[in-house]
Amino acid sequence: MLLNLDRDQELFRETTAKLLDELVPVGELRRRRDDPDGFDDGYWRRGAELGWTSLLVGEENGGGSIGGKGLVDLALVAYEFGRHAAPGPLVVTNVVAATLSESGDGGHGSVISELLSGRSIASWCLGETEPNSPFDGVAMQIGVDGSDVVLNGIKRPVESGARADQLLVTGRTGDGMTQVLVPAGAAGVSVTPMHTIDMTRRFSVITFEDVRIPSSAIVGDVGKADEQVRRQLQRAVAIVNAEAVGAMQSAFDITVEWAFDRYSFGRPLASYQELKHRFSDMKTWLEASQAISDAATDAVASGSPDAEELLAAAKAFIGDYGSELMQDCVQIHGGIGVTFEHDLHLYLRRHTVDRALFGTPAEHRQRLCDFVERHGEVA
Amino acid sequence: MSTDEDLESFRRRVRAFVQANLHPVSSTAFVDPLRNERTDEEELAAVARDREVQRMLFDADLAGICFPREYGGQGLSPAHQHVLNAELAGYEFPARLQAPTLSPCAAVLLDFGTEEQKQRHIPAILKGEEIWMQFLSEPSGGSDVAGALTAAVRDGDQWMLNGSKIWTTGAWWSDWGLCLARTNWDVPKHRGLTVFMLPIRQQGLEVHRIEMLNGSKEFCQEFLTDVVVPDSDRIGEIDDGWTVGTRWMFHERMLTNSPLVTVPMGDAHKGDGASFVSRVARDTRRLSDPSVRDLVGEAHMLDLTDRALRQRISEGIATGVMADQSAAIGRLFGGVVSARIRTIGFEIAGLAGAAWTDDDGELAYCGTDFLMRQVSCIGGGTTEMARNVISERVLGMPRELTLDRNVAFRDVPRNASPGGPGA
Repeated sequence: MLLNLDRDQELFRETTAKLLDELVPVGELRRRRDDPDGFDDGYWRRGAELGWTSLLVGEENGGGSIGGKGLVDLALVAYEFGRHAAPGPLVVTNVVAATLSESGDGGHGSVISELLSGRSIASWCLGETEPNSPFDGVAMQIGVDGSDVVLNGIKRPVESGARADQLLVTGRTGDGMTQVLVPAGAAGVSVTPMHTIDMTRRFSVITFEDVRIPSSAIVGDVGKADEQVRRQLQRAVAIVNAEAVGAMQSAFDITVEWAFDRYSFGRPLASYQELKHRFSDMKTWLEASQAISDAATDAVASGSPDAEELLAAAKAFIGDYGSELMQDCVQIHGGIGVTFEHDLHLYLRRHTVDRALFGTPAEHRQRLCDFVERHGEVA
Repeated sequence: MSTDEDLESFRRRVRAFVQANLHPVSSTAFVDPLRNERTDEEELAAVARDREVQRMLFDADLAGICFPREYGGQGLSPAHQHVLNAELAGYEFPARLQAPTLSPCAAVLLDFGTEEQKQRHIPAILKGEEIWMQFLSEPSGGSDVAGALTAAVRDGDQWMLNGSKIWTTGAWWSDWGLCLARTNWDVPKHRGLTVFMLPIRQQGLEVHRIEMLNGSKEFCQEFLTDVVVPDSDRIGEIDDGWTVGTRWMFHERMLTNSPLVTVPMGDAHKGDGASFVSRVARDTRRLSDPSVRDLVGEAHMLDLTDRALRQRISEGIATGVMADQSAAIGRLFGGVVSARIRTIGFEIAGLAGAAWTDDDGELAYCGTDFLMRQVSCIGGGTTEMARNVISERVLGMPRELTLDRNVAFRDVPRNASPGGPGA
């Protein structure tokens, strides 16, 4: 999380943290273990009132940021979401709201205001079984037929897929990308819940079989959504990074506390140099994760040319080193660290799922090599 | 020029100076002092050029950006230093006058020097006339700095120093030493130390160059035999050297994160980092291999993260959000990252890491760099010490057990032999 927040940002972060403490304490997360949605409407609406869904939306559409950079403000919410392992479609709803607001054609205005108020939620249908990577394009077909578009394909995993009211579907029309906003109830859309290691978030397979909707549902232009998708991925990665860092922070804090409280051989764990040194490594990885996450988010928010590069570095670093931090927290807890009763797994789950979403560390390292080549360091 | 010079006009001023006066350097022109690539004559010529460039910076009101104006500095902010770093990217700069001269040595002088001491040395340092070394580590032990054995005995208005200091980089072409010495053996170790400054080229001070495993002779050991230091060259109070030493080591851990030090941005002056690894990959012609691409990507990830962390820590310490001791976090990460990047370079180099010819380009460095890999985790305070500092001072965990805390230093058990090369 950012080192130096201004007063409004700090107030916003605090209010978000308090609301999460109040509405989704750990006991509530446990109670909702088998709940099909993982959260209730009232919770999401309270958050939306606070601004969770409006930060990336332009003022003309009823949104607005706090510190001038909406994504930086949203990263504060995401950090608290990670710290609380909080439920709710924070990433996908914001990504969809931002794109609808940006597309500027006015036709989606009523959807935007529903998303802003928290009365409805949206998800983004990007991933597929093949190619199974967000960077290798998509197979989903979006055809134009007169004044309609027709969708065929399978999307997975779609976050909150069973709960979402609106689905932003990324597909291809010939060689170009097209995005369409599909009401979840459209004929030909079927939703199958997936298994997941996440306890608070839900994912689905969504099948689109000859789904026919009016072409007014197109967001942007047919076959020209590549840039739009790229921006969505940037935002999604930035939000997921901040969230993953928040989860790391909680696991680290819990484990430090444990090291002070737990005695063996007559002394606290925190007094053993072997463990102290591991805590120092973890603290270093945590600070480094905060640093690269914040740098990348700021670069995206400012439209800086190195934004994608920093994002890839952040996603790769936070995924890899964050997992080491998480698993070392488990190790230092011993057996209790792999029980359901202990809270550690809530944050471990959150971080682990975030690691896999929107590009794995290995995928982002391949992208980083592309950037290095592009810089001309390599002839 | 005023103390509140705005960043944009400062940038224009810097850019005009840089373009008119400094030589551009290619990304491969950097010479790592530990790579043993220069003859002594070439090294001395490079030192002379560094002094010259420093003087040019001084004359252009661009030396000591964050040093107070009354000592020849510019009295500007870390943001101005940041601009200078950015504008110097791709150009020569006085590398040998940064650490340890400007920080920690000049930084310690600013913190603890008398007005007379500061007037005498800070402007001279900023003009490139004085290059300073840290006479801190001793052959008897590197990490236990407060266990210094170099003795200073008072004789009227002066002190007589005897002992040995080690791991000074380039002491053979440097001018002054900041020296931690023992002045009282009858109190616990932290309470019997005093800090002095002394010219390196003088009677009784012998500088030996240590040959490293790769043939580099930049590290030195000094032998002090009845070296006389006037009491006016004492820094801080008698027997209170640990107060000075604590700040001194804080400045040391800040390394290039210190706003007192100039480090051009980008990779042009770095011997490691993603650009090094990518040049290795180019020269092995293995860039189509996905496993090599993964390693290049990892190096770039570490490089960018290291930079972001440095910035976070210097901002955190400057604004007081982070404790000074957090500098150890940057030190630990930087050391480990640099070692990992050298391992990646060696891995990509393949067979050429073991045996190479003069035509192998960047591959020629990979083997020896790998052998020297741990230098980044040893020099400037070991990463083990950094881990102690982070756990104890940042996280507040219990201190390590020591057997020398409440004992007169003369009674503390010591090495059977003095230690150090040739001991």
